[in-house]
Amino acid sequence: MTGEPTHHTDPDPARHAAGRIPGDTAVIRKSLGVAVATGLYGVTAGALAVAAGLSVLQAMALSLLLFSGGSQFAFFGVIGAGGSPVAAVASSTLLGVRNGFYGLQVSQLLDVHRWARPVAAHFTIDESTAVAITQVKPRQQRIGFWLTGIGIFVIWNLMTLLGAVAGEAMGDPRTYGLDAAAAAAFVGLLWPRLRGRDPLAVAALAVIITVVTAPLVPAGVPVLAAVLAALLVGLPRRRTSPEEVAAP
Amino acid sequence: MTMWLAVLAACALAYALKLAGYLVPQHVLDIPWVHRVTPLLPVALLSALIVTQAVLTDEGRLVVDARAAGVGVAVLLLILRAPFLVVVAAAAVTAALVRALV
Repeated sequence: MTGEPTHHTDPDPARHAAGRIPGDTAVIRKSLGVAVATGLYGVTAGALAVAAGLSVLQAMALSLLLFSGGSQFAFFGVIGAGGSPVAAVASSTLLGVRNGFYGLQVSQLLDVHRWARPVAAHFTIDESTAVAITQVKPRQQRIGFWLTGIGIFVIWNLMTLLGAVAGEAMGDPRTYGLDAAAAAAFVGLLWPRLRGRDPLAVAALAVIITVVTAPLVPAGVPVLAAVLAALLVGLPRRRTSPEEVAAP
Repeated sequence: MTMWLAVLAACALAYALKLAGYLVPQHVLDIPWVHRVTPLLPVALLSALIVTQAVLTDEGRLVVDARAAGVGVAVLLLILRAPFLVVVAAAAVTAALVRALV
């Protein structure tokens, strides 16, 4: 997976003259689509933060520096419910653990330069990871990761500012179905990855683990418990290769 | 002041976690079982996240509401091979309509 050649031997003869490789347009379109769909939802990150009692600057600090939707919502969710700042930090951190797991896979996939790692880390979130892992060619995995990550970062922060300043005037973003759009975006992102026995088994197990554990443990734990699904499916294999691409 | 400390602590910890994934040495990632499991981790985490966002309440109870309707329509459109943006937009419109009507 590492050390991919700088020059691709492209099996597709229909290569465009502009130096664009077929498939680039598709991944660019997908990245921008995800950036818009997710970025717009950033308005809730601003509106809810201020509603919970944070200042506009604090809401912006979370979107700029923490930059991970789940953790941000957990943070002001706890504060808004009257919880302590320490509990807010704990809850937010718990939800951020999965980004560490994403980093494991993204750094392998993209073969990120040593100096670029601290930058890549900041943009390692659900969406950038999902777009990257569903691309086949390394070049498009890179485009997908960076364009999605930076695209969301820009729109997410602009929308957070809008939500923090004008949140009350706009009303509940759920009225516009933005929460369902965010969830649907994840489904659409994961969809092409759900081919072959292993990914399907992992997804099914993860769903079961999440539903079963959710009523019993604090928010954030069920998603982490789903890591067990990857272990259960990935560990036992001894002889076969890790490629889950089965012959059609 | 306490709130600022909490905000900055949350930011620092979140970044540390993100960076941690990149700092795991190559020889650890080359261990066969680690190599087999890491590509499956995003699939597991994203699947769990979708369930959380689509059909679970904040308290972790199963509920079928406007979100589930939106995601249901999204799945249907994905089966029909609709483009990504159509899928996302349809989910938003569906959820908004369900909320407006119910």
